[in-house]
Amino acid sequence: MSDASMERFHRLPKVLRRADPAVLTAFACILVLLAFGSLYSANFLSPEYLLQQLKVASFLGVIATGMMLVILLGHIDLSVPWVVTGGAMMACAVTAFGPVATVLAIPAGIVFGLAVGVVNGFGVAYLRIPSMIVTLATNAVAQGLMVVYTGGFSPRDTATGAMRYVATGALVSGVPNAVIVWALVGAGMVFLLTRMSFGRAVYAIGNRERAAYLSGVGTRRVVLIAFAVSGALSALGGVLLAGYASKAAQGMGDAYLLPAIAAVVLGGTSILGGKGSYLGTVAGVILITLLQSILSVMQMPEAGRQLIYGAVIIAMLLLYGRTPAER
Amino acid sequence: MKDWRYWLADQRGTLLAVAIFLVMFATYVGNHPAGFTANVVQTAANKGVLLAFVAMAQTLVIITAGIDLSVGMILVLTNCLASWIVVGTGMHAAAGVLGVLAAGLLCGAINGAIVIYGRLQPIVATIATGALYFGIALMLRPFPGGSVHEGLADALTGRIFGVIPASLVALAAVILLIWVPFRRSQIGRTAYAAGSSETAAYMSGLPIRRAKFVAYTLAGLLAAVGGLFLTFFTYTGEAAYASGSAYTLFSIAAVVLGGVSLYGGSGSAVGAVFGALAFRTIGDLLFVFDFEPLWQPLFQGVVLLLAVSLGALGLFRVRNRLEWFR
Repeated sequence: MSDASMERFHRLPKVLRRADPAVLTAFACILVLLAFGSLYSANFLSPEYLLQQLKVASFLGVIATGMMLVILLGHIDLSVPWVVTGGAMMACAVTAFGPVATVLAIPAGIVFGLAVGVVNGFGVAYLRIPSMIVTLATNAVAQGLMVVYTGGFSPRDTATGAMRYVATGALVSGVPNAVIVWALVGAGMVFLLTRMSFGRAVYAIGNRERAAYLSGVGTRRVVLIAFAVSGALSALGGVLLAGYASKAAQGMGDAYLLPAIAAVVLGGTSILGGKGSYLGTVAGVILITLLQSILSVMQMPEAGRQLIYGAVIIAMLLLYGRTPAER
Repeated sequence: MKDWRYWLADQRGTLLAVAIFLVMFATYVGNHPAGFTANVVQTAANKGVLLAFVAMAQTLVIITAGIDLSVGMILVLTNCLASWIVVGTGMHAAAGVLGVLAAGLLCGAINGAIVIYGRLQPIVATIATGALYFGIALMLRPFPGGSVHEGLADALTGRIFGVIPASLVALAAVILLIWVPFRRSQIGRTAYAAGSSETAAYMSGLPIRRAKFVAYTLAGLLAAVGGLFLTFFTYTGEAAYASGSAYTLFSIAAVVLGGVSLYGGSGSAVGAVFGALAFRTIGDLLFVFDFEPLWQPLFQGVVLLLAVSLGALGLFRVRNRLEWFR
């Protein structure tokens, strides 16, 4: 940075100076979207509508939290679609095994995601296969498992009361439970990333795994745990979704892969790893949810949504997601 | 070392893919009730070439150490486009074919421009352009439908002299007209060099950006050839999201089976073609051995997982643990 720009930099208020420009851009885009939406519908800015948006955002938020952890390592988790679906299906399925199993529905869904995540992490960390490939393969395996499972016999696909309560109820009146779940998951992730040595190791590996390894970090263990956490959170997202829709369905996770990656990357986390903050991911999730909401308020057909969606993500990435020029 | 041993070492992945395919296909034909007839071969060829084209497309990009997660969506888009414009009289249909190929080239060029000149990561960029292409496909065909020039479709999916499947001849022609010239040109060698070590390639003064751009663009073209053939087989256009993402996934599987390194810099599209044919034969094998069709996705997924895990065998050769981290 040149001296002149340094000087200008110091004149900014402290809060702005410390903030990541990408996160600020993301929040600015949120404001623009809100203003744009209010032109279409007067109740776009009403508290009820915004709270509803936050509730819808919380499903994506939980999934994107896991994705962020993996992206910070410089890896990617493409197994989200069928881990989300599988988590939801498994949670609904165990209700067939009596009342005790019904209580364990939510943990059962999460355990499914955890298991897929461990396979992902093992492949990436110990077998050194590129993460994109392993997670694509486990996604295919998870899909195969679910096809066999739903095709062989008629499964139970109704969500339990507990799942519905967690996704749609309100413990504190006015604040949906799903938002509380997202807040808890988010607080946990912030604590993990900023206050624990595990989080430091994640950033270190994302910057240069070789250096982290030479510094005595058990890099393989860290990568394995990160993928396991990502899988578990994807499945939790699926469980919440099943509670929200009160049933599990094939393909319910397909719509969450691209948004999860986009939310993380639009929030300023480098896709190469090692850089990014959870605040940015929150901004990215809200941004994506608002964009989807506006497109549906405008009654845009699916084709137009896909188009605008892809175009907006590319445009925003070109704005601030470019890798530095080499040489 | 003699010349042929160099050649053997260089082509090991491709030869292994050919061997895997031959063993699998022989098992399939041997257990097929009809045996080795022109009909069986034609059906197998028609199923296999679609994936073979997409796998070739993926190979071109992976050689440069990139990845194209939009190939399946380009296939779907060109399928929808072909169901509109490859119709009518012979001349009209021929112009339509050129139009479809041009659309594929354009899609590939957009990917290349965004990844290389926009400096975005190929994973995210091509997922996003994939959404874009799928959106256009949905606009073209909100519901499955359309038609295709039947004479052309039957000619390209039938048999020549009643024996040789025309789709295999088309595949061979595409390899000879696109892959071989690319492989032997300076651009092609640069693509390999850039995938192997970009810094070294740059220091040697090679046109890296141009080579990568050509690789992405040709990948779009090859995916469009796949889309064209999909239209010839089905006579309709359909914007199916699941089919697009399945082709993307299977193209990566085929490339891995075909001995192409996912880190870039080595492998051949011919290997990927045989990888694709082998991957398709898996499904046929399940059929002749009377497996429940329901188990097919799981079986394919497990084969894919095992195939990518084979890459881990290289870890046994690692002397220094630092070589784990690239």
